[in-house]
Amino acid sequence: MSRVGTLLARETALAWGKGGGPMVAVGFYAGVATLLPLAVGSEPERLAAIAPGAAWVALALAALLSLDRLFERDYEDGALDLLTLSPVPLEIICAVKCLAQWLATGLPLALAAPIAAIALGASPMLSGLVVACALLGGLAFAFMGGIGAALSLGARRGGLLTAVIVLPLFVPPVIFGGGALASLAAGLPWSAGFVLLGAYAAAAVALGPLAMAAACRNALS
Amino acid sequence: MIPEVSIQSLALSRGGRQLFTRLILKIVPGEAVALIGRNGSGKTSLLRAIAGLITPDEGDISFGGVEPAEAREAIHLLGHLDGLKSSRTARDELSFWTGFSGGSPGAVEACAGQLDLGPLLDLEVRRLSAGQRRRLALARLLAAPRPLWLLDEPLSPLDAEWRGRFGEIMVDHLRGGGMILAAVHDPLPLAARTVEISR
Repeated sequence: MSRVGTLLARETALAWGKGGGPMVAVGFYAGVATLLPLAVGSEPERLAAIAPGAAWVALALAALLSLDRLFERDYEDGALDLLTLSPVPLEIICAVKCLAQWLATGLPLALAAPIAAIALGASPMLSGLVVACALLGGLAFAFMGGIGAALSLGARRGGLLTAVIVLPLFVPPVIFGGGALASLAAGLPWSAGFVLLGAYAAAAVALGPLAMAAACRNALS
Repeated sequence: MIPEVSIQSLALSRGGRQLFTRLILKIVPGEAVALIGRNGSGKTSLLRAIAGLITPDEGDISFGGVEPAEAREAIHLLGHLDGLKSSRTARDELSFWTGFSGGSPGAVEACAGQLDLGPLLDLEVRRLSAGQRRRLALARLLAAPRPLWLLDEPLSPLDAEWRGRFGEIMVDHLRGGGMILAAVHDPLPLAARTVEISR
């Protein structure tokens, strides 16, 4: 197996493993979906109107949950030092870590998203777009979130700092994805929001690793 | 892979404090150098600078004409931060670092056996004692051979028997044309040139 494949397998196992990973993210997501009707009232029309948006916001927040451990763990135990002593560029290493984060949390969340949306009263015909948006959005959340996680390396209360750095970066995908879902629900053309979400995710995947690697180098030196 | 390590008039500072200036050091294949110096004198920082993790203030670290980015692949760094995840089994961690460092998967069992780690491989890293954990980190050096070993206090958690056996392992590494730079407080259990770091 290639070095990158070896790294991806390990990172996914770590992200999937104890004390985090898919169950925490999906559990949090299910919790929001359960509490929402209790908070805003259970009238079906009102719930159905906000269901796709609420599901989408919960998705963004669930993606934040395990983010602060993305680099912190490897920074604290010296693994980040050793990872740099390889021919694999640090940018690729960062990208692989974010990809593993997406595989362990973004993918399960995307599968849970339509269930939560339907449970809240969204039309089942939205399900396809909900999954597609959650997949793309999750990619953007993981790679943009990685920048925040790398920038807060070595800071005490890094988790809080990560959230503060990352939330503005989460705004565009929330707007684009939420817009696409609202448009489809209203019977309007939805492709513009979806395409912008895809473009944002592509930009995050392309540029995020450069920023993360620079932040990691800064933290190590 | 790298013919030598040559350090010319190196100056390092950490957190705004000058650690040392005008450090000169040369290591050739088959040679072990023991770095001594007081706590905080910059031994660890020197090792990290050679590994390319810290940029020196002044001076030059060269690897006999090999590009620094390429030379990194010829370096093993072993310190008290060993990069081992306590929630994973010893086997998982050793296999990962061996694979990622370019070693062959078959070497994992052999090197674990050489360091008497066989019965421990299925334990989580958190169950290992400090000495066992250090041996696990050391197994990584054997499983993925690289010529330059940068060791930070390699002996400290090891008992007398293992200090001796680690000495033999280091002698074998030097015989094969390896280089060792070790930051130590106790003398290394092999013939080594001693370099003292001071301001």
